[in-house]
Order: sequence, then C-alpha cells, then structure tokens
Amino acid sequence: MFATTVQKESWHIVSALVENKPGVLFRVTNLFRARSFNIESITVGSTEQQDLSRMTITTNSDEKTLDQLVKQLRKLIDVIEVKVLDTDKTVYRELSLIKIRAVDPTTRSEIVNYATIFRGNILDIGKETITVEITGTPDKIDAFKNLVELYGIAQLSRTGVSALPRGGVES
Amino acid sequence: MTGAKALIQALEKEGVDVVFGLPGGANLPIYDALVDANFRHILVRHEQAAAHMADGYARIKRKAGVCFATSGPGATNLITGIATAYADSSPILAVTGQVPLAMIGKDAFQETDIIGVANPCTKYSFQPRSAAEIPEMIKKAVYIAESGRPGPVLVDIPKDVQQATVDMKFPELIKVRGYNPNVEADLSEMVRAVELLLNAERPIIMAGGGVILSGAFSELQALAELVKIPVVSTFKGKGAFPENHPLAMGPIGMHGHAEANKIILEADCIVAVGARFSDRSVGKFDEFGKGMSIIHMDIDPAEIGKNKSVDVALVGDVKSSLRTLVKMLSKKMIKKDSDNPWLKRRKELIQYYAETLKDYPREITARKSLKKLRELLPANAIVTTEVGQCQMWASLHFDVITPGTFFSSTGLGTMGFGFPASIGAKAARPNVPVVDIAGDGSFNMTENSLAVSVLDKLPVIVFLMNNYMLGMVAQWQRTFYNRRYSGVHQHNCPDYVKIADAYGAQGIRAESMHELEKAIKAALKSDVATVIDIPIDPEEDVYPFVAPGTGLKDMITGA
Repeated sequence: MFATTVQKESWHIVSALVENKPGVLFRVTNLFRARSFNIESITVGSTEQQDLSRMTITTNSDEKTLDQLVKQLRKLIDVIEVKVLDTDKTVYRELSLIKIRAVDPTTRSEIVNYATIFRGNILDIGKETITVEITGTPDKIDAFKNLVELYGIAQLSRTGVSALPRGGVES
Repeated sequence: MTGAKALIQALEKEGVDVVFGLPGGANLPIYDALVDANFRHILVRHEQAAAHMADGYARIKRKAGVCFATSGPGATNLITGIATAYADSSPILAVTGQVPLAMIGKDAFQETDIIGVANPCTKYSFQPRSAAEIPEMIKKAVYIAESGRPGPVLVDIPKDVQQATVDMKFPELIKVRGYNPNVEADLSEMVRAVELLLNAERPIIMAGGGVILSGAFSELQALAELVKIPVVSTFKGKGAFPENHPLAMGPIGMHGHAEANKIILEADCIVAVGARFSDRSVGKFDEFGKGMSIIHMDIDPAEIGKNKSVDVALVGDVKSSLRTLVKMLSKKMIKKDSDNPWLKRRKELIQYYAETLKDYPREITARKSLKKLRELLPANAIVTTEVGQCQMWASLHFDVITPGTFFSSTGLGTMGFGFPASIGAKAARPNVPVVDIAGDGSFNMTENSLAVSVLDKLPVIVFLMNNYMLGMVAQWQRTFYNRRYSGVHQHNCPDYVKIADAYGAQGIRAESMHELEKAIKAALKSDVATVIDIPIDPEEDVYPFVAPGTGLKDMITGA
C-alpha cells in the first residue's frame, strides 16, 4: 500500500538540496503554509557545492503527511533532491543561545556548573544574566532548558537542526 | 537587441502563433516590439480574459497558450485565469511587465510583487534581472509549462530589462536541473496491475483529465475494449472516452451520471487514469473505493496517496503506461464474453435511470436544449462551459463524441471562464464550431469579450441557459437553506439580445424548441458570435446531486 493510513505522529528530519538562488526559501515555506504542513524548524545554508544550498527541516508528522511533504517538495523545480534521514544513521545538531537570569552568586555558580556538564560555553556574563551556548541534539537542548527554567530564562534563540547522514559520501 | 525584442523572438522560436493581452505602462517596450512580431496579437478588454483565452487555446492545441499584461493591476487581473489553469493543469505562459529594477520594493506606481502573489498557483516563475537572460528563460518557461503535469508559468520582466540592449544568444537546448518530468512506470507495479485486472470480476476505468492532457484517447479505448471494462470519467475527464461508446458511462461525482455513480460503488477494481480523486468526483475520501483495489496512473508522483491510498501506482505519462499495460494484458487476456454479468449490469443501470429520471416539466428545459444542441452540432465541435448549473447540465446532458473536444473550469470552478476560453479555443481551431454552454451569471462576468470575438473574427456560440439567477447558489439555498434566497436574483437584467447587438454580434432569443433549433442553425452559419438566449425556469434544479460531505452512495436523484 502507498501512503499508509497509520496516523501516529513522529519526529522526522528531512534534508533537501536546493538551488542557491533568491526566492527558493519563499517557495518552500509557502508550500508548507499552503498545504498546512507543520514545520518545527527549518535551516538553510551553503554546501560543498557553491550553487546549492541545503535545507534541513524537522517536523512532527504522521507517515501520510510526511509522504506528501516529501513528494510536494520534490515537485518544486528549485528542489534538486529530498531525503528523509534515518535518525539512527544521521548526525544532527542544533545550536542554542540561552540567556538566564542570574543575580546571586549561588545561582551563577550553579548555572556555570550545569553548562559545564552539558559541554556548553559561557558566552557572556552581565550583572543580571548569564548567556550559555549549548550545542547538541534538540533533546539535549530541551533538557538544559528545563533545568535552568527555574532561574528564569530572559531570552532564548535556537538555530534549528542541521544534519548529515553518517559515513559514506552520499549527498 | 532589446530585451523586449528578444522576448518576441524567443516566442517566435517556440512556434507561438497567437498572444492574448493588454498593454500598460510597464510593458510598453514589449508592445512596441510586438508591432514587428510574426504572430497574432489579440487585444482583450480585461486581463482575466487574456489568461482564460490562453488557457482555452492551450487545452485545444495541447501546447502553451501565451498572455501578456502590464504590472500591478494588469498582472493581478491575470491571477484568476492563472489559478484556473493551475487547478486544471493547463499550460499557459503569462508574461507581465514589472516596474524598473531600481523601483522594485519601493511601492512604485503599479508595482505588485506578482511572483509572490502568483506563487501558489504557478508551476514556476521567472524574473530576469538582465536582458540577456530572457531567451533562455522563455525556452525554460515553455518547457516547464508543457512537460510533465502541465501548468502555468509566469515570466515577470522589469521595464528596464525590456529596454536594455545586449547581444542575445538563443539556446537550442536547455536543462532544468531539479526537474525531471519524463518518468516511466515501474515494471513490477505494472505486473501487479495486470494481475489485479485479470483477477477482477467487476473492473472499471475512471478516466481523468490526464487522459486528455496526454492525448491517450486511443490507448484508453484499447484498454477498455480489450478487458471489456465500463468507463466512467471524472468531470475533468469528460470526453476522454467517446460518450456514445458501448462501454461509456459518463462522469461520476457531485452531479455525475446516476448510473456512473452507482456502478463505481459496485466495482471490485478501479483503474484511475490521470485522475486525482477530487472531492467533487469521489465525495468522501475514506468512503470511496472501500474494499476495492485501486490502480492509479498519473504523471505526478505527489498525486499518489494524496487523497486516496492505492494498491498499485503507475507513475508516468498515462499514454505510455496505458500502452504498456495493454501490451502486457493482451498476452494473458482470455476473451471475455461481451454479455458477462458485469456488462449486463451496466446496461441495466443505464436503462433504469433513463426510465426513472424525469425531465423538468416545461416545454424548454436544460436537458432538452442540450440534447438538441448535440443533435445539431458536428461531432468534432468544441464545447466548453461556464460554471454552475449550466456546467453540470452540460456534464449530464451533452455527450462528447470526439475525444478531447470538451473542457471546462473543473478544478477552480471559475465563473466567466467559458466565454473567453471558447474564443481561445476558436483561435486554436478556427475551422470547427466552438460553443460556450453558459449561464447568465457566469456570462455576465466576461461578456465584454464579445468585442474580441467580433473584432478578431473568432465567432463562437454562447448557448445561454438563462434563468436570471445565480442558479446553483439558488439550488443550494432551496435545498440546504429552506428556500431563503440571498443574493441570487438578476431581475431580468440585462437583455442579452441587446448586449449581443451592442457589440455587433448576433443575439437570438429562443423561447420554444422550434425557435431553439432555428437559432442553433443560424448560429452555425453566422460569421459573427451568436448569443442564443434560452429562458430556463429558475426553479429547474440539477439532478442527480451528491450533497457536499456525503458519499456517492448518498446520491439524490430528484426533488
């Protein structure tokens, strides 16, 4: 059967090679909006080939919706190739910057300790805040965020996921 | 050479023989270059009509129809026509003027981000930033519009790019990296399709618009005749198969033929050829095709599993897939008895509904008028429609005999489409009669194209079933809103005979079947457009009717 009717949602990483030219991101995001595809994150950046960009899209979708998302993406003329990455055979990372409220010294040292455990970097220390950089899987960033939430998060910025398949040389 | 000149030459090289359009500030250089073009320009009175004409032309020629408009409102006026073409996979090339490069993004006079506006309803769009890009872009635009699943392509050219003078290179070959429209169906899927068809007791073909786009008429007929399968169609697929053929059943759907809606539910295997299982055709997605096996042929891989999960998918041009399927089947096929129970059932259903479904009790009705039209038109006449009751009556009561001679705005359902589209069709095939089966509500929207029809000598026939009512809306208000009419009455305005007269066309009112016969004969002889004004009772409904949100099994056959 094509397009199974299982409606369970799960998390997917979709990787697309696209033409590196103006308007491509617009076409992709407009497609998602027009067809009501829910996107968790989307990142775009340069690749080893100058004229191509890689878009990494993460989405919580059921199989049928994912199947349509991939097929509709492939239909776009500016999209060269689309793959759903098997998360077990993929390296993927996200970078996040988290500005945490930290006035008293105990809080400050606790945050620094947590950051070290999460292999994060302290990027900035102000009078009332500490800004931490955490890089990892989205789960890891969520875990850190949950941990420091009690101090109060002043600002947070996440890049979305960037991903490549493990090993081999396939694009 | 200027960019504008390069555009005209590129179009000439693509074999364009007619362009429909209207000039304005931002495409003046294009219109200047047009003076020396070796193709015809047809001046419209509203850009929407230009897009519909290009669409009508494209559907008959099966190659890209071209329309021109200026920036801003000119371009936005095209949008309804572009969206119509997109919904029905029709290849049109829209060329719009744009404000000069330096003015883009400055909210200049008559500036619209038309690429952005058109994005959801175009297959692709281009905006050259230098004149040298134009020849290649036009070649790519036509290629993308016509190949694979066809669709509209927009080329938006800033005014200074039209004016710039550079050395032009016209490429012979082009390649679009992310676009591979030529796919062949998977052989293992083909084997499974053969097995399913050989084992099916009650197979049925559902012919969609893809058959017409692909010109796969003889291939479809070969499959139907080999396996002796009844053939229903979607509305877009109407006329993919001759409707007077002994296996034909007509369109299914919301206002499908009763026998077609009935038989498809009794089938055990559906071969959907170039069809997309639209809600108007199949009713509820989940209910349709339950317990049957579905073989889906389509050139667009994204159609597989979009609305309906299927058992076998044959992705590729349906003409080629059908050919392979027939070849493989003919080796294994055991001759089927022509009076097997399934074909008997077909006859039984047709006979039952012919006796059961009564016409509206009046001297002149939609059914009688359309049967008379069919009787008097040659088989190769081209017929299109407006949208609403007139369209559904055409679907029910006008049989298409020569495949590919019928089209309509089936996907978007654009009122005002039929008349300009019929003029485009006439430009594509001037030697056959072209008829727009119209209602007054729709015709009113684009009737100023009468000027084009008269002045450009493209005489079409407007078969106006006139109830001075937005009839389909009125029917729904009768059925679902307890006869509370709201915004549907036209109050006997305007007088369509006088409208025709005002444009120098021929207007004939036909108040009896005898007068109608005379009017059709006069229209067929006329060298100007003819509007035949046929009074239809505003209470005459379209039946059968499958109410929205219900399944084909819930079909209502009469009041």
